[in-house]
Amino acid sequence: MSLAELICPAGTPAALRTAVDAGADAVYCGFQDATNARNFPGLNFTPDELAEAVTYAHARGTKVLLALNTYPPAGKVDLWRHAADTGARLGVDAFIVADMGVADYIARMYPGIRLHLSVQAAASSPEAIRYYCENFGVKRVVLPRILTIPEIRQIRREIPCEIETFIFGNHGLMVEGRCSLTNYLTGQSTNMDGVCSPASDVEYVRDADGSMSSQLAGFTIDRFGPEEKAGYPTICKGRYAAPHRPEGYYAFEEPISLNLSRLLPELIEAGVHAFKIEGRQRSKSYVRGVVRAFRAAVDDIKAGREANIADLIALTEGQKQTQGAFETKKWR
Amino acid sequence: MIPTSEPTARLRPGEGAIARLACLVLQPVLTRVVRRVAARHPSLFARLGPHQATDFLIDPVELPFALHLRPDPQALVFRAVPRDTAPQVGATIRGRFLLLLELIDAEQDGDAAFFSRDLEISGDTEAVVRLRNALDDMDGSLAEEASAMFGTPGRAVLARLRRAYPDATKPREYA
Repeated sequence: MSLAELICPAGTPAALRTAVDAGADAVYCGFQDATNARNFPGLNFTPDELAEAVTYAHARGTKVLLALNTYPPAGKVDLWRHAADTGARLGVDAFIVADMGVADYIARMYPGIRLHLSVQAAASSPEAIRYYCENFGVKRVVLPRILTIPEIRQIRREIPCEIETFIFGNHGLMVEGRCSLTNYLTGQSTNMDGVCSPASDVEYVRDADGSMSSQLAGFTIDRFGPEEKAGYPTICKGRYAAPHRPEGYYAFEEPISLNLSRLLPELIEAGVHAFKIEGRQRSKSYVRGVVRAFRAAVDDIKAGREANIADLIALTEGQKQTQGAFETKKWR
Repeated sequence: MIPTSEPTARLRPGEGAIARLACLVLQPVLTRVVRRVAARHPSLFARLGPHQATDFLIDPVELPFALHLRPDPQALVFRAVPRDTAPQVGATIRGRFLLLLELIDAEQDGDAAFFSRDLEISGDTEAVVRLRNALDDMDGSLAEEASAMFGTPGRAVLARLRRAYPDATKPREYA
């Protein structure tokens, strides 16, 4: 059986302590800059905060993984190198990277610290994953959310590193690390600035009938009726009118969250080493609730008991959940 | 959907006077609470960044007044205002009173409340996100802290408020 480590999000020091106390095996977090893909206002850690967080986590047997999972623009790589230097100095247990240059720097400078390949690298074939393992010593790959469990099982047989899969949270299906939709509207890059739908460009407008419009950079990307559940203001989950669908429809994805709580035994059997919970942008309340639920479920499965999975629907985007491609590639 | 609280339109005769009286009575309490919170949680202001100077309107829809917050550590503003005289603000956060209280105390998840349409925000979204993240990084319960400042009567008021909103006080335990 794989280790089935629980990898949990932390957007703030308080959220990190909450995740640790709720039973995380490892917590992932980032600095307050473009070096990570949740570079949101008021979120993330200063170096001093990360130092305290590492001390808190290690004292309780929890690992700290530092996300450096964005792509440095040409001429700006020093910010990523400096972040890696700081993380290494503070004693993080692994770096989560996407860019080959960042991976190469860390592999050469800090060969004793584990490298995990971020989902932002979009490595989904054994050939691509093996390349990162052979050239940068990557120890774990975070797989994109586009693979079925049989595909994951097959990949596991053909690669020399551990596999981490998302089990809860954002159901992101774009080719991650390549999506430029936000950049197209706002001029800011998800992959280089770390901001998908930057809050400074988001506006919610309430209409007289109680409907709400989500706008990004002045463009309406969805309109929710008075009783309709809402989602994040991301272009990929917007609802658009087209000549063949004048009533408007979800052209790419829809507001829905991934929830693989019922597939945990199969994922473990397929050789998944670690389960990732998405949501560094979410609150302590979310972290506490989701981590506790999956901690209990994983412990039950490891003990040979049937997992009693808590109902997490209230925390899902649009209050809808899916097993996505993990169940079938025909989920939509 | 949360009920509307558009200013003035839904005021019944006498409500304006009640709102003004409530604001007058509450103001010393609010001033004391916000000063205490600022003194005990100075790291809150760093996460607010440039939005320390932003004016927020926190609008508990079922109460006769709203709350005006400017989280500037040099010139803190936290005051109750009748809706018909509310100032122009950078961002508005609207929802049931106890939901807002529980969001401050990290007992509820703001995104989930937004998805369910129990929470409504308008104006400067970045300001709201910064405020949310700053508050979420605070340890402990602000509501408990504030009520404890006023001893047994303060705690009794908080307990009574929670009893008055049975749905919102139901613990959101997902595990």
